[in-house]
Amino acid sequence: MIGEVFISPPKNNINTNNLVTAKIFSYFCNDKISEMNIFNSYLTSSVGKKILMSLTGLFLCSFLVVHVAGNLLLFKNDNGEAFELYSQLMSTNIFIRSIEIGLFFGFALHIYLGLHLWNQNRKLRPIGYKKYKLSENANFESRIIRLTAVFVLIFLVVHLRTFWFEGRFLGAPSIFELVKVSFQNNYYSWFYVLSMLLLSYHLKHGFQSAFQTLGLRNKKYLLILNLVSFIFWFIIPLLFASMPIYFLFRK
Amino acid sequence: MKLHLKIWRQVNNNSKGKFINYDVDNVSEHMSFLEMLDVLNEKLVHKGEDTISFDHDCREGICGSCGMMINGFAHGPGAGVATCQLHMRSFKDGDKIVIEPFRAKAFPVLKDLVVDRSAFDRILQKGGYISAKTGGIPDGNAIPVKKEDSETAMDAAACIGCGACVAACPNSSAMLFVSAKVSHLGLLPQGKIENKERVKKLVAAMDEEMFGSCTNTYACEAECPKEISITNIARLNKYFIKATL
Repeated sequence: MIGEVFISPPKNNINTNNLVTAKIFSYFCNDKISEMNIFNSYLTSSVGKKILMSLTGLFLCSFLVVHVAGNLLLFKNDNGEAFELYSQLMSTNIFIRSIEIGLFFGFALHIYLGLHLWNQNRKLRPIGYKKYKLSENANFESRIIRLTAVFVLIFLVVHLRTFWFEGRFLGAPSIFELVKVSFQNNYYSWFYVLSMLLLSYHLKHGFQSAFQTLGLRNKKYLLILNLVSFIFWFIIPLLFASMPIYFLFRK
Repeated sequence: MKLHLKIWRQVNNNSKGKFINYDVDNVSEHMSFLEMLDVLNEKLVHKGEDTISFDHDCREGICGSCGMMINGFAHGPGAGVATCQLHMRSFKDGDKIVIEPFRAKAFPVLKDLVVDRSAFDRILQKGGYISAKTGGIPDGNAIPVKKEDSETAMDAAACIGCGACVAACPNSSAMLFVSAKVSHLGLLPQGKIENKERVKKLVAAMDEEMFGSCTNTYACEAECPKEISITNIARLNKYFIKATL
């Protein structure tokens, strides 16, 4: 009799597999569950949006690796010669320039999806709890993910304005000099350090979270995932934060 | 012991609710939380007042009816227990306890602490089943099943559909519930065949019922009375990717 438990409920959806128009219609609408395809499953379903969120997040993480590796040249004691060459390569190389466009789209999609999901989720508990002990059930970094996201975005705007915009559009003669002068400013440097701390929290949640969303976080990979995650949330922000501190104390 | 309760009272779905304070005396530490509410209700009956409505059925932690928010925790403090399994020894004399219904747009309050969780039933009707009759119990080892798979499927099948995951989640997401069904039905040979269709249907149904998206806070796992693991959510995501690519 146990097998009898799993009896299918009556299905009333009409099979529209052979109808071309229905197929096209379902491509743009999400009303037919059985017709879910790549287009609507990733752009309209909650799980699909989260997957896009995690993919863009990991793409942005890969950019951090390249960025921190290049910036390490700042520590070379050659008065910025190597760093200058590197920044010139970054602004002239066609391959880098085309990736830059992808990066903008990556950021835009990640930010848009974050805002969109936040806006969607916040409406789903119209009456809140009088007492709600989320703090004892969820870790700190996951609870402040939206706060860190907003701060990292503000940082990004400031950062791009100071270096990228200045170098690319206002024709700053030396990026190294720009870095040196900016980081010798107390407020600016400590703003950077604070931003890196918040980026660290953002990545501490975001990096492992991306793998959970991609279905790759399981017992088998947990150790390696935690190790790689440590590089992203601890080592990379630490290296970035050490740059303003280096210039601040060198002056 | 004596307790000061602050309980959400709401006449029906259309009315506005509010908190009302009650004091309960002579609460034994051996009582379950529901028995303590029974005592309070008896007192209210004698006074001729409207009793506090709350869901309950088996009172042994397997039916999943008795969901409520107790001092900010779904099913109260302590891991792996439903409200009926929560004993008053978890509280101290003179404690103030705030009791609220599970809050989510998908779980409208019907009366006091009772919420309508039929959204879960509708999700299951859309895809939480195996569509072919699988017959009687097969001979042991006739179909080889990996021990690990059968154990994981059985662990997921322990989900009682109480809705604590939704109540505890900051996004009112039902991912833990849905993912438990995905693992429960999808890891064994009879259900594996329909994995792709099932996961797509369940996710679409979940969105339709206005449950939120998962932001991986893992509060659901911490609050689940059956300690369903969040690895099930990772499995759901994996199946979803496989099904849609």
